Amino acid sequence: MTIETDTRVTTQVYRVYIKATPQAIWDAITKPEWTERYGYGGTAEWDPDLRPGATYRGLTSDAMKAGGAQMGRQVPDVAVDGEVLEANPPRRLVQTWRMTMDEELAAEGYTRLTYEIAETKGGVSKLTVTHELEGAPKLAVLMSGGLEEMGAGGGWSWVLSDLKSLLETGTSMDPEDGLNQG
Amino acid sequence: MNDDDRVFKALSDPTRRLLLDRLFERDGRTLTDLEFGLEMTRFGVMKHLRILEDAGLVVTRRQGREKLHFLNPVPIRLIHDRWIDKYTERQVSALADLKRELEEEA
Repeated sequence: MTIETDTRVTTQVYRVYIKATPQAIWDAITKPEWTERYGYGGTAEWDPDLRPGATYRGLTSDAMKAGGAQMGRQVPDVAVDGEVLEANPPRRLVQTWRMTMDEELAAEGYTRLTYEIAETKGGVSKLTVTHELEGAPKLAVLMSGGLEEMGAGGGWSWVLSDLKSLLETGTSMDPEDGLNQG
Repeated sequence: MNDDDRVFKALSDPTRRLLLDRLFERDGRTLTDLEFGLEMTRFGVMKHLRILEDAGLVVTRRQGREKLHFLNPVPIRLIHDRWIDKYTERQVSALADLKRELEEEA
């Protein structure tokens, strides 16, 4: 896969307001029964559990496997791996994050991902995702939605829009939507 | 004003769209960097950035002594998913219906 890169951009910041408690958002980010229901639909796995030093694995969903097959590629069982650096439920989660689905992306190594959840007015919480992508220009393109036309999903905006939809209405967009429709 | 109103209002101004384009080109910029070449006072640019921030289109982060501005595309994505998708989907399904009808007739 050849991806145009812009090495100047190294940090991406995404923010979404969701009518849900910080705990509900925390659960949606960390519990496998929730992570399967929006965005790329990978299953979160924390080994041994969600605390600093633990291993993180994002297991590939059926949609991802089907998508890979459509692009003529076998998709491995683990889509993302990393390590928990900080876990302060339900406010702050810091972890390393490496996309292992693709050899070129895996070769870029670990990036740093921070989720911050804060309560605002009227039962609305603010979720900020900061992805430090130094040394990972190709992953940066993927996460900014630059490969959506190729069927690689719309990156963080797409994931967070879907997460908001799931928590506020109980339904997410079609998991196939955005994955390999192009 | 609800969230969508704030986004549409923020996008209705050419200077603010230019600021977003600048952040799209290169993210994480300072005010000094963003105001470069704009025929506007520093205060004027700050006001526009404030409106973009209130609409959630810009998120600021402190890094050392600097305040960096980041483009947050999520509100635009939400409008896309909420509005644009809805209308384009209907066009696509209308075309699909037309195709089916024509094929049945044939």
